Amino acid sequence: MKCQRCSRQATLHITEILDDQSFEELHLCEECAQKYLQPQTGSPKGPEAESEPDELAVLNQRQCPQCGIKFAEFRSSGRLGCPHDYEAFRAELLPLLENIHGETRHIGKTPRRQPRAQQIRAELLALRKQLQTAVSRENYEEAARIRDQIRRLEEV
Amino acid sequence: MKLDDLLKNTGEWLRGSGPDSDVVVSTRIRLARNLADFPFSNRASPLQKGEIESLLRERLLRIDNGTRFSYVQVHSLNHLDRQFLVERQLISREHAASEGQRGVAIEPQESRSVMINEEDHLRLQVLRSGLALEEAWQEIDRLDDLIEQRVNYAFSEEFGYLTACPTNVGTGMRASVMLHLPALQMTRQLEKVFRALQKINLAVRGLYGEGTRASGDFYQISNQVTLGKSEADILREIREVIPQIIDYERKARAALLRESRPTILDRVYRAYGTLRSATLMTSDETIDLLSCVRLGINLHLIEDLTIPAVNELFLLTQPAHLQKLQGVVMEPEERNAARANFLRHRLNKN
Repeated sequence: MKCQRCSRQATLHITEILDDQSFEELHLCEECAQKYLQPQTGSPKGPEAESEPDELAVLNQRQCPQCGIKFAEFRSSGRLGCPHDYEAFRAELLPLLENIHGETRHIGKTPRRQPRAQQIRAELLALRKQLQTAVSRENYEEAARIRDQIRRLEEV
Repeated sequence: MKLDDLLKNTGEWLRGSGPDSDVVVSTRIRLARNLADFPFSNRASPLQKGEIESLLRERLLRIDNGTRFSYVQVHSLNHLDRQFLVERQLISREHAASEGQRGVAIEPQESRSVMINEEDHLRLQVLRSGLALEEAWQEIDRLDDLIEQRVNYAFSEEFGYLTACPTNVGTGMRASVMLHLPALQMTRQLEKVFRALQKINLAVRGLYGEGTRASGDFYQISNQVTLGKSEADILREIREVIPQIIDYERKARAALLRESRPTILDRVYRAYGTLRSATLMTSDETIDLLSCVRLGINLHLIEDLTIPAVNELFLLTQPAHLQKLQGVVMEPEERNAARANFLRHRLNKN
């Protein structure tokens, strides 16, 4: 297979998950893949070192519109100010959550009062994960059972 | 509620029975929950904290789950009474020490309780004797549903139950099993076990939770991860590992009896003898000696004492319990004399 950006042999195959349903596949050569995976950089001369303090200062001053907590306050105390902070600081929290939990998406219990559709989405997420585990453990009977459950839920 | 009523019993979870209770003392699950429409407790104004407390208190007291909750306003308790609740594992040390309007709802058997305005608005807890993760989960899940019918939880489809600290977000669940591991300690195998646990993301803590010393060879094994795993997965991970640790501990106990019988006999009887005759006793020493006696009972070296009786002594010799039993506030040195006296009386009955 040829690289999608030049004519060399594609050696790296990247799947970008766009959301729950859709994804994009990329087939690239080593060089193009490296370029693709590197964060977009604006200025040519070592931009990170120069802009980082500024970015950090700006980030630290970011404030939740609901409870007024600044990101710097969260960084120093480790405690958020209100439930809305998970939205207000979402971009900053994602890598932190990944670090702490190794995951960034809830698949456990959903409040019973939550709309049924949301509950089903949550259950499907959990089941698909269980399916993966079952397959990786070569527990095919279990896998088949989970797959049937997923089909039933998808029909709802 | 009158706190002194609690003193007559020790709480269901200390009864010392239940599956694998020679090694497993108790099982505990807690859930962190918050109201959607308020700042988290640490960021709430005194007025808001008051609102949160009275709203939740009123809703909790309306729940009828066979039994009803009694409610204690922690901010209006004196230091001794707060300490008393900490010793019974009904509130955290942080909840005892913090400020502002806050409380705890306690069910008569003390197996279910709910802290209000701790780090999160609600901290639900279920405590069970022995290894009982599944039963504890079902119980707390039901309680959670009952509360949820009455309040609006902060929940996001993406991140789950939203908590003040990102380490609890998702399920908000911490499941822990308290183990008594004296033989692994004596044979210096604990390090190995704990390293293996940390590799699979389980935490090991001392008797009273985070940052406390593992006194009396008691250890709490609990999950670290709360996001991206279902409650069932988290419980399964703990359930899978506990039987192995129980097995290691039992093997270590058998090996001690086989290979170092004179040493172990001496340690057990020396501990029992000291508890029955000393005239000054600190709470640390008491815990260490009772731990040895507990091992002695499980090894059938001591026949005239039961596990529930020892469990009760662990609790009643703690500083706040001791003072409440005596009905006076005492300085540490007076306590040491009173504690030794209490132990002598209890253990020389026969």
